[in-house]
Parts: sequence; C-alpha cells; structure tokens
Amino acid sequence: MNDSPSLRNRLNPVVRDIPRSGIRDFFDIVSTMRDVISLGIGEPDFDTPWPVREATIFAVERGATHYSSNLGYLELRQALAQYVARHFGATYNPEHEILITVGVSEALDLALRALVQPGDEVLYHEPCYVSYRATILFAGGTPLAVPTHAANGFRLTRAMLEARCTPRTKILMLNFPNNPTGAIMSRADLEDIAAFVRERDLLVITDEIYAEMTYDTPHTSIVSLPGLRERTLFLHGFSKAWAMTGYRLGYACGPAELIEAMMKIHQYTMLCASSLSQKAALEALRRTETDVSEMVGEYRRRRNFIINAFTGMGLECHRPLGAFYAFPSVAKFKLTAQEFALKLLADEKVAVVPGTAFGNCGEGFVRCAYATSLANIEEAMKRLQRFIGKL
Amino acid sequence: MLPMANLACFIRARSGLRSASTHPPPRQYAAPGHGALVIKVIMDELLKLLRRDARATHESLGRQLNQSADAIAQQIAAYEKAGVIRGYQAVLNEDELDLDMVTAVIEVKITPQREGGFNRIAGRISRFPEVRSAYLMSGAYDLLLFVEGRNLREIGTFVSEKLSPLEGVLSTSTHFMLKTYKRLGVLMQVEHSDERLSVTP
Repeated sequence: MNDSPSLRNRLNPVVRDIPRSGIRDFFDIVSTMRDVISLGIGEPDFDTPWPVREATIFAVERGATHYSSNLGYLELRQALAQYVARHFGATYNPEHEILITVGVSEALDLALRALVQPGDEVLYHEPCYVSYRATILFAGGTPLAVPTHAANGFRLTRAMLEARCTPRTKILMLNFPNNPTGAIMSRADLEDIAAFVRERDLLVITDEIYAEMTYDTPHTSIVSLPGLRERTLFLHGFSKAWAMTGYRLGYACGPAELIEAMMKIHQYTMLCASSLSQKAALEALRRTETDVSEMVGEYRRRRNFIINAFTGMGLECHRPLGAFYAFPSVAKFKLTAQEFALKLLADEKVAVVPGTAFGNCGEGFVRCAYATSLANIEEAMKRLQRFIGKL
Repeated sequence: MLPMANLACFIRARSGLRSASTHPPPRQYAAPGHGALVIKVIMDELLKLLRRDARATHESLGRQLNQSADAIAQQIAAYEKAGVIRGYQAVLNEDELDLDMVTAVIEVKITPQREGGFNRIAGRISRFPEVRSAYLMSGAYDLLLFVEGRNLREIGTFVSEKLSPLEGVLSTSTHFMLKTYKRLGVLMQVEHSDERLSVTP
C-alpha cells in the first residue's frame, strides 16, 4: 500500500484506524499456495439453481437492464411480503415497508446510518460476521460486543445483554443462524431477549441470511414475537440458501418510517439494486423450493459427517444447528487460533479460518465451512486427524 | 374442453416432468409403529445418496446419516434382497469411446392382451438383450424402448425380424441417438470449475 504521510493524515481516522478484515489477510496467504483444500469459504459451493440463471438470461434478452424504482420492483416486493409472512410470521406492506438492497451488507449499513447518532451504542454478539463492528463504527456508533460461549452453544442470553447494556444503548443486532458458530436461537431463547428489548426500549436489527439452513429444528424469527415487529428491522437475502452470492441481492423489512429513511440514503448513494438480480430473485422465490431443500439436505449430511469426524478424532465441537459452519475448539493444543490455522495450512494444506477473525472471544476456535464437496471434507478430515495426531 | 390431441400432449408433458424429477416411492421396510417414519426417512436418504454415488463407503454414508457403518451395510443388503436396489453400473460418456455401437429410441404401439394388459408383451420385448431400457408411456404410443446395436442395419434387423412380427405389436417408429448431453442426471460435457475465492467471510 502507498503510505504517503500527507494523505494518511487527511484520511478519516475512523476508516484509517480500522484494521482490514482478518479473513482478507488469511486469503492473501492461502492464495499463494497450490492444492489447498479450503474449509475457509463462507459461500455455497453449489451453482445457482438453473431456473434462476435462465431467468437472468431471459431478463437480459427482454431488456430488463434499466433502473428499477428506488425501493425495487414492486412485483418482487410483493413476492417477498408473501415469503416473509409465510416463513417468518410477520406481515409487511410491499408498498412502503420493504426495501431491496445490494446484499444484506448494504441494508445493514443503511439501517445503522439511518438510526445511529454520535454516542449511540450498538450491541452485537461475538463471534460474528466480520463486518458488524466496522459498519457500526463507519456509521458513527459505539460498538458494544457481547461475547458468547461454546458452553451454551454460542447462544445469547438476557444476562449477557444486561451485563453490557447502558442507557446510551439504542440498537441490538442479532445474527442467527450464526456465522461463524452455526448457533441458532430457540423460540424460548428469543422470548427472553424480546422481553429485555421491550423493557429497555431497544431497536433490533436481525440479520437472518441463513434462516433456511437449520438442520434439527425449524427457524424462529424474533420479528414474530409479540411487540417486536414495530421495533425490529428484518434483513434477509438470496446469497446463501439460493447460492446467489454474486447477484448481491438482499432486502430489509421494517416499519415504514425506518424503511423511508433507509430508502433516502439508498436513493442518493445506490439508486437501486441491480435490475437483473431483482428479476432473478423473483424467479428464485417462485420456482426453486426443491433446489433449496436439496441443498439444505446436502449441508445437513455434511454437517453430520464433519461433526462425527471431529468426535472420532477427539476434537471438541458444539453441535452447529444452522448455517454451514462448524466451530471446533483447538484450545487444548496450546496454540493460538491463528497459529493453529497457519500451521495446519503449512503442514497439511487445509485452510480454516482462525476464530479471532470473528472477534476476540473466537480465540481458541477455528471456523470450518462445510460449503464444499463431501469428497473435499473427507480428505480435509483425514489431514486434520493426521495433523492433530502430531501436535 | 381441450381437443384430444392437446390433452394427450399435456399428459405426456406432465408425465415427462414427473419421470424426470422423482422416482418410485420407497417401500417401507421398518416395522410399523412409532419409530417407523424416522427409519423410512433415513432409508430414503440412503437411497438418494447411493443413486448419486453407489461407491460411497459405508463409513462415509454412516457419518452423513448419523449411523454406524454396519447399520448402513445391513440396510443396503436389505434393499438388495428386497429388489429395491437392482444393480450398480458406471455412468460412461460413451461418445468419448470409440464404440462400434448405435442407440435407437423406438416408439412402439401395442394392443393390450386379455388378462395380461400391456405387461405380458412389454415383458417379452424387454427380454431381448438389445433392449437396454423399456418404459410404458402415456400419449401417442405405448412403449418407449432404448435399443443398442452395432450399426443401423443391425437395429433395422432387430425391428423387422424380432420386434414388429410379435403378436400385439401394431407399429414402430425408430429414432437414432446422435449425441449424449446428459444421462442419469450426469452432464457429459461440463467441466466443473470452482470460481470462488479460497477464503471468504
């Protein structure tokens, strides 16, 4: 990087001082090596279902290559309203309570920028997706990390929130099923959180990008609990369950005033999400139920495989109940997560991501994504077993 | 009301769809009772995995389905004994082999027979070694055969000397296959490449 001192001093200090994502650093190392089996990829290995790709081609042919309305095509918002009502138990008016965004990442950024004033605190649980802390800081907020623990399956409890929440806390961010731990929250777990949120008059931003991927019990959204819809922004998108990461398509559902505020930022900065991606998403909602359930079935079998393999080699791992990540503990080997990951990569050419990339409390853990073929997982487990046998 | 021809097309299209996406419903081998449903679901999943890769080891299948390798072996043996699993074959890209072979798809109209319906004559036709596959169809014809021979003449001889003279065969229509794009769910030409970055959030 060009480190011109005069320019460096003129950079926004918030941006300048924030470290690059640890994932990025790790990628730079892995990308110099050959024949690596990567359990480090946080995106589906499946191809986007063919009906969706075919619909994209058709959209190009038909000329759907212009701007859509700022909120997104109404037809897509209507289909999303139905989908969210059926699967998440909350009804939204597609005219002014749903906004189509460039991935959930944009939606999260818009929400924080629309809500946060200097000094406002935003609670979020760690280990978590790499962007949360940075996005809160960029919006001028104060991030308050709440550590979660393997002992209770990396779930969030009321007591943990009480320990961190202050009168300046404005927002609680949730992400279940969770990247990187694979944790989910039961209805009872969420009811405790919901009661706390109502008592403290907090707003909730819930990122439910992995909602379709739960393996033992169905997903529950906090937005379906009494009194939460009015104070919650629900975020979802097509990247994971529909294997559409490159389409960059997400959406936000929430109270009209918040959606309107987010829409203004979106209007002036992004204008609209890709019209082609929106057409593809409409097809995804209409015609891919079987594709999605087949992919989820495959992830479930891989999850079973990887957990049984960990058990077989004596590696401690809480049972991941959603998303496509296992988060085993490597603390007993007396190496940091980073050292473990680097040594595993050097010795056996298996890439896993150190848990510290997802927050300080990820120390002692590594993230193993099972969004890769079973053949790769089988080989990776053989190598991992050999590796820990020598430690 | 739909004209008959359209109706036939509609039914054929529908049945085509069905045969492409599903397979016969699995029979239930577990003893009836409280646990039966769970066992049935697991067995279905085992068959699905075997249909995709019959060479998967019992240990790997067991880990995926949360069962022991022995339990998997027993289930497979039971399926074999019951005739649900009828065999294991490699899926070849025959276009890549310098084979002295042509495949014909033959539509056959037949008359159903008293007491045997279509089954007796379909059974007779299926026994010819040249016939690789045979299906009863709805629509404009009754049987669809996939027949292999060394060349066009050999197929022609099969049709004129063996198939057509059979009692109950009314007519045949023969089409030759030129190239295989997909067979048994496997694409023949696509090279798979993973364009994802090696580590992503």
